[in-house]
Amino acid sequence: MLNIPCPWCGPRDETEFHYGSEAGVAYPENRDEISDEEWGKFVFIRSNPKGWFAERWVHSAGCRRWFNVWRNTITHEFGPTYKPATQQPASPQ
Amino acid sequence: MTQINFTFDGVSYQGRSGDTLATALLRNGVLHFTDSAYRDRPRGIVGLGYEEPNALVNVDSGAGEPMVPATTIELVEGLVVRSLAGVGDLPDTRDTSRYDKKFRHIDVLVVGAGLAGLKAAAEHAAAGKDVVVCDDQPAPGGHARLIDAEIPEELLHVLTLPNVTYLSRTTVTGLYDQGYSVAIERRTDHISSKVSTDKARIRVWHFRAAHTVLAPGAFQRHLVFANNDRPGIMLSHAAATYVAKYGVDIFKKAVVITVDNQGYRDAIRLHNAGVNVVAVVDVRQKISKESKAETRKVVKALGIRVIKGSTAINTEADSKGCVKSVTIGNIVGDTGETIDADLVAVSGGWTPTVHLATYIGIKAEWKRKKAAFVVKHHSEFVSTAGMLDGKFGGNDEPAVFFGVEVPSELAADAFIDYQRDATLRDIRRAIGAGMRSIEHVKRYTAIGTAHDQGKTSGTITMGLISQRLGKQPDEVGSLTFRPPYISVPFAALAGRERGLLLDPVRITTIQDLHVAADAPMEDVGQWKRPWYFPQGNETRHEATLRECAATRGSVGVMDASTLGKIDIQGPDAAEFLDRVYTNMFSTLKVGQSRYGFMCGVDGMVFDDGVTTRLAEDHFLMTTTTGGAAKVLDWLEEWLFTEWPELKVYCTSVTEHISTVAIVGPKSRNVLGKLAPSLDVSNEAFGFMENRYADVAGIPARIARISFSGELAYEINVDAWYGAHIWEAVMSAGAEFAITPYGTETLHVLRAEKGYVILGQDTDGTQTPMDLGMDWIVSKKKDFIGKRSFARSDTARAGRHQLVGFMPVDGSVVIPEGAYVVNESDAGSKPPFRHVGYVTSSYMSAALGRSFALGMLANGQARHGDTVAIPYDGNVVMAQVTEPIFFDKENTRRDG
Repeated sequence: MLNIPCPWCGPRDETEFHYGSEAGVAYPENRDEISDEEWGKFVFIRSNPKGWFAERWVHSAGCRRWFNVWRNTITHEFGPTYKPATQQPASPQ
Repeated sequence: MTQINFTFDGVSYQGRSGDTLATALLRNGVLHFTDSAYRDRPRGIVGLGYEEPNALVNVDSGAGEPMVPATTIELVEGLVVRSLAGVGDLPDTRDTSRYDKKFRHIDVLVVGAGLAGLKAAAEHAAAGKDVVVCDDQPAPGGHARLIDAEIPEELLHVLTLPNVTYLSRTTVTGLYDQGYSVAIERRTDHISSKVSTDKARIRVWHFRAAHTVLAPGAFQRHLVFANNDRPGIMLSHAAATYVAKYGVDIFKKAVVITVDNQGYRDAIRLHNAGVNVVAVVDVRQKISKESKAETRKVVKALGIRVIKGSTAINTEADSKGCVKSVTIGNIVGDTGETIDADLVAVSGGWTPTVHLATYIGIKAEWKRKKAAFVVKHHSEFVSTAGMLDGKFGGNDEPAVFFGVEVPSELAADAFIDYQRDATLRDIRRAIGAGMRSIEHVKRYTAIGTAHDQGKTSGTITMGLISQRLGKQPDEVGSLTFRPPYISVPFAALAGRERGLLLDPVRITTIQDLHVAADAPMEDVGQWKRPWYFPQGNETRHEATLRECAATRGSVGVMDASTLGKIDIQGPDAAEFLDRVYTNMFSTLKVGQSRYGFMCGVDGMVFDDGVTTRLAEDHFLMTTTTGGAAKVLDWLEEWLFTEWPELKVYCTSVTEHISTVAIVGPKSRNVLGKLAPSLDVSNEAFGFMENRYADVAGIPARIARISFSGELAYEINVDAWYGAHIWEAVMSAGAEFAITPYGTETLHVLRAEKGYVILGQDTDGTQTPMDLGMDWIVSKKKDFIGKRSFARSDTARAGRHQLVGFMPVDGSVVIPEGAYVVNESDAGSKPPFRHVGYVTSSYMSAALGRSFALGMLANGQARHGDTVAIPYDGNVVMAQVTEPIFFDKENTRRDG
């Protein structure tokens, strides 16, 4: 079980969280203008890297707030965590 | 020494305190323990602990447990066990033992209380850390305890320190990310064979440790040769321990087959305990001077013959199937002499217990000098110690050798995995079939897939594949395992969460009255909802028809309190709802309600409900009973991540409000009696309007909402008044023969009107248009999912669309989930080319016949067509209709 660093509550067990997929995928502003392909990318396509990945979590059984965090998909190690609408820290590498 | 009585396969035996079941049985001469699962070959005890592949028993006393290695059961008075050939069986009786769980955050977890584990614990304890030491044996010391070596007093003292917790009989079964591990502590089975009434039988520990020290030790391996599975052929370390430590005196003549110096040490122990060790057969020709001095010379001095460069090739059995003699030869398989022996003790090298390390992705590395996969790992989170780390104590100088290449006619009797009866022939076949990786060979041969999970056979298999292919063992794959390390009873994992405590049960404040009315309950998520209210001996079918007819004929009443309710407040609440609902809510007047659809970004409908505007900046949203939590999560996700500028708060208020729905043409009369101050006329209180009034003396919000097509009112009060309102409605409605109804009637009434239930009639692949509800999609504003309606796949013709199905024979109720095929395919055989499926299907009192809802390709253009519904070997013909069956003109809504 992961030990997930909530930026508001500190590290907590994974069972308190829900996963929210890739971080930083913006809801397109110009939805009516973009092509089906571009819209389809937003709706269906997420990157699935081997290694460091910025993803969203919500602390549903805690503060109920959303946040972003870097996680290594191989080692399951966590990197920096950051709140929504803040600058994304660089990938740990 | 206390005598202990126990029963094995119906026969009474005596053992001693300190015995395991294995030591007691061996001392009693039980060598032929069971027969193998697939080949029916006689088998005996091979190992010392959890690596045991043969001696599995079913424990029938106490709580009972199937498939436990006899080597791991501490003998207790009254123990009753049965030997197993293959799978065990669970007791028929309920296990009344208690099981509990504990959670601890600690600095250091030490796995294993052998000398290496104790040393690590001492270091961390001295540094002031909070340390837990888990060990699966009854006492600390590991191998040192088994060989009766001295364990330094200062190491044992560590376990008594205030900052150290020592858990004996505790097996760490899983190691996971960030120092998380799970351990199983057996707390009562060693005390009594009866069910414990004052102590939990097993405690499941959940640790989060800043650092974990893995010092789990190692198992000995056997060697592969023909007929290497007979009772009397054992691991040398196990045999020597049984004889020397536990006083097993049934062996007269022993031969030791070894690849390392451990075989010599065990030969010495056997000899000193009185066994006539006839020979030590050593695979190695040459060993170092030090080894010679420590082992060969000592053995020779005891008068034991040493045969170099040789190994076992075959064995013979006595009349009982136990080993009688062993034929040896050189390591390429040339047969030599045959030596009589009733004990063949095999030392095939050590296999460190790499399991926990590989669970978290640490790779075991092949060390040729150790002839073993070892794990050397030292990081912030995990470190290794002892045999796992490659420190085998003493210099073993093992040969890299797993067994002789016996001729093909003997290969089928050269066993690798005893539990699966898998042999050298199986491996040769796998290689012959082109398999090279351990992952493929394992699946082809089933090696390592039995109860012992390949504890003894894993390395041997990799060794034999590599031996045959001229490679190193690590070139054919890696030794990886998955938790749990030993089998864990489900009861332990369940802990106290069984029966009523399995899952929270949610009930409304009216529940007691429903139970008193003998209503069977339906589970809707965690909610209990009355299913129907039978009278006398009515079946569900009869009760539902009666409830439907009574509601449409006069008045019915339903507990609607379980609907999800979300309170939405803030200056931007209306704007927010416009964005999440497909239809407009900002135009809704205060005191009005509106039905809405929510879609995902993919444009597919995922929840629906009625939302009421209580004030300019205050809405009350209702959701499906099962979807409330998901909808709240969805709303908060958008508010938090995409629209933080919106000033809106969402609060779950599902449990705050009790809702009693009165439904039917006489509902106005009932409400009029209950709320004399309220003008209930259609002119004064219109459809989708809300009024505040006292109902039966209680302040209530009454909403004119209908999910049946009938005139209907929902009375909403503070939750704790639910039962009072229900009783008041029942007595006020008595003169109209008011009829309580449950979820079944609710479903029939709404289906007669073609109202969908999301999650029943939909599965996340329907747009509002697919459901024929274009009217609910606003053209004037944007909302979540709108852009997807223009996607080519969403906009294409021929999508599955909601339709009605009228069985030609109106007495047939088609099963929900049945597939629909075109009329022309009615006579075809499976697999059918289906064009749709049935989602809701009922018998209707109002229609006097059966009807169904479902999805059909291009269904909106196919009204009037005939389709076929094959199921259970029958074919039912049905007519496609529009999805509304009753009161198409909505004449009943206003009473």
